Amino acid sequence: MNVILILVAFSLIVALIGLGAFFWSVRSGQYDDPYGSSVRILFEDEKPRDAEESAPVQGNTENPSNQK
Amino acid sequence: MIKNEGFSRCFHCGEDCGSSIILFDEKQFCCSGCQTVYEILSGSNSSEYYNLTDHPGMKTAFPELGKRFDFLDNEEIKQEILDFSDNGVSRVKFFIPSIHCSSCIWLLENLHRLNEGIMHSTVHFTKKEAAFTFRDSEISLRGLVELLASVNYAPYISLESVDKSSKKKINRDVYYRLGVAGFCFGNIMLFSFPSYLAIDDTVEQFIRQNFGILNILLGIPVAFYSGSGFFISAYKGLKKRFISIDLPIAIGILALFFRSVYEILSGTGPGFMDSLAGLMFFLLIGKWYQGLTYQALSFERDYRSYFPVAVTLISGKGEESILPLKHLKTGMRILVRNNELIPADAILVKGEGSIDYSFVSGESDPVKKTEGQRIFAGGKQSGPAIELIIEKEVTQSKLTELWNQKPGHEERHNNWESLIDVISRFFTAVVLILALVTGVAWWFIDPSRAALVVTAILIVACPCALAMTLPFSFGGAMRVFGRNGFYVKRSSVVESLSRINTVVLDKTGTLTKSNDFDANLDHLLVDEASFNLLRSLVRHSTHPMSVAVYQALPNAPALPVTGFTEHLSKGVEGTVGGHHVKLGSGEFVLGRLPGGTPAGSLFVSVDGTPSGYIILKHKYREGMRDVLISMGRKYELHLLSGDNDAELPALLEFFPSADHLNFNQTPVDKLNYVRKLRGEGKKVMMIGDGLNDAGALYESDCGISIADDVYHFSPSCDAILEARQFRKLSTFLKFSKISRRLVIMSMSFSFFYNIIGLSFAISGNLTPIVSAILMPLSSVSVITLITVATYLASARTKLNITYPV
Repeated sequence: MNVILILVAFSLIVALIGLGAFFWSVRSGQYDDPYGSSVRILFEDEKPRDAEESAPVQGNTENPSNQK
Repeated sequence: MIKNEGFSRCFHCGEDCGSSIILFDEKQFCCSGCQTVYEILSGSNSSEYYNLTDHPGMKTAFPELGKRFDFLDNEEIKQEILDFSDNGVSRVKFFIPSIHCSSCIWLLENLHRLNEGIMHSTVHFTKKEAAFTFRDSEISLRGLVELLASVNYAPYISLESVDKSSKKKINRDVYYRLGVAGFCFGNIMLFSFPSYLAIDDTVEQFIRQNFGILNILLGIPVAFYSGSGFFISAYKGLKKRFISIDLPIAIGILALFFRSVYEILSGTGPGFMDSLAGLMFFLLIGKWYQGLTYQALSFERDYRSYFPVAVTLISGKGEESILPLKHLKTGMRILVRNNELIPADAILVKGEGSIDYSFVSGESDPVKKTEGQRIFAGGKQSGPAIELIIEKEVTQSKLTELWNQKPGHEERHNNWESLIDVISRFFTAVVLILALVTGVAWWFIDPSRAALVVTAILIVACPCALAMTLPFSFGGAMRVFGRNGFYVKRSSVVESLSRINTVVLDKTGTLTKSNDFDANLDHLLVDEASFNLLRSLVRHSTHPMSVAVYQALPNAPALPVTGFTEHLSKGVEGTVGGHHVKLGSGEFVLGRLPGGTPAGSLFVSVDGTPSGYIILKHKYREGMRDVLISMGRKYELHLLSGDNDAELPALLEFFPSADHLNFNQTPVDKLNYVRKLRGEGKKVMMIGDGLNDAGALYESDCGISIADDVYHFSPSCDAILEARQFRKLSTFLKFSKISRRLVIMSMSFSFFYNIIGLSFAISGNLTPIVSAILMPLSSVSVITLITVATYLASARTKLNITYPV
């Protein structure tokens, strides 16, 4: 019988981790702008291919993903 | 620059290029503005902008930047606008109304390609906001704003954006509550599973007992964290002696929770925790859906979002400096340039005023002012710069007083009770009486079960499906409206709309277009050949009046024009076919103020000889006829206009009698007229556009403001209608009535479920499993019913269901 209780406790812990992840995603603003995020994911990743025209992309330029 | 005849789309903005196409880089552009933006973007390796969406740009008249953003160099203003500034790095957030597609997001978030001083930028699409982090050493705040303006993403900076107190924090509460409810719902369902299978042995008994305890632990956050909003709102309602729908819900939650705790602890049953968690989960979905509103639109605007942040002060020595508006005092001398707003009542001391009061009065013909005359706040100068001496402080000006005379917002809309209020009061009363009567009856039959039956009634009567009805029906209607260019403040406005029986319309800017004219050539005293001289001349001007004249004149091959000049708010002149042609105001063309001609006339002279005039009239909106006729069948129509009664004969056919057409109305007259109609017990909807309608909009049961650009200023109202969707107005009203019928239908549906549940409860047979099936079933079926019905209704009324591209 103890086996079931251990399993239940374990499953609750896993579920709580999921809940924590959900809280984190809400807090970091992922639900604030659903349209923006849906579009942003389709953008091409930045490649340093523009060397011939303008100045090369700076090393410290932040990734354009939306994490605050 | 090659000019071409034919139809083609501008590569940048996608509009018809018309007769003058600019070819650049093998692409076609409609104007030099679009071409310039393309040049900037392609030069910085940002052509991805054009790959994401076809024609992502926005066409705007390209105003010279000039000194427009000078005020951003002022240290005090800078500190107020910046969110944060430290160690040479600053952060700022702007409202940018022209954000509209994925290309916009891409460009703004890749703005560092245009200027390396910009370190990071993030777009919040739903709010049309963008936040920028930049290095002060490489780009100034003003430089950033000018860069944005140069690619047609000029931020909207007003007095309101400086006022930090008006900024709202994002409320993510409902997500947390929903998350907790969902988490507990899933787990409680699992732990309740053994009790659904009626196995009876000692081992199972042990599991059930432990799972019961777990259910209680999981039920506590559901009832008291996720459900706290219902308790608070029920309590607030009771304090105001008002029974809201949340009261029976709160009672239901408490009954569910404590009955379950009792059953589990006493070992008499498995409890109703699964029903409680499911109920809460569905209720919160309804709350979340109800909370989705148009974040980028503002329905509560006051003068602060209309006024500039700073003015140009002229010192005694004639030096110009920037002064934050809040420091503006009477007696100060300020400079107002073309297209700038007059921030306070003032006296004109230098220059020639040509004041456009279109926002204040809805009348777009500029008013001439000469030195020494008083100018009221709210007008825009259209013409060369003028100098003014301030007479009254900003907060005491006539314009701002219009806002300040309004009562608090809460006192409004007490003309009727909303449908749900009436029903929930009735519902609560019936349930409480029923619980009492059954309780007493069971007391005589079997006293030990009386308490159980009473709690069962309170549980099953919890109006979950009823509470879901409103957010999903009116909320669904709100979304359908939004996709068709009609934005309501919140879903309850749809209900207000459905109850309207009287419609009051403003004329100028509402029935008529503010920037589109009909030209009448009857008084033009030139021969046919000269028509083409005039037509070739106005072809070079994009002013709406020139466009109207151009369209009215007969088609002919254009002649070359030399020396073309456009004088702001005066007219145009140039030499065509060897003749010097002038077109414009009386003063400009004739050199004197004309008499005896209607307002809004344009005068013509050829080689200095006056050659008659052209009468311009505002065009009525497309579909006005159909809208007025179809609304006239169901509603009592009234017209309130600030203009003279010249249009009375043209409009009379749409209105029941001439008494309903009122001209020469001041803003206060309009307000009083609406108040009088409401006093007669009528449910009034007011449609207007300008600030002169603000009072009447506010006073009405449902105020709709009509705007060419919904993201720009509109007076505070309940709904904003995109001007080009005016023809759908009567369809919107019809749809709101359909929505209301849907609400009544689905309410009867949920009552049907309640009756089934109550029959179980009263007979003492409500088992946890019955309630666990009945409650989600009723919620889901009600939501499905409403969603499908709303979809069908919008298809039938030919309203768009998907977003227009």
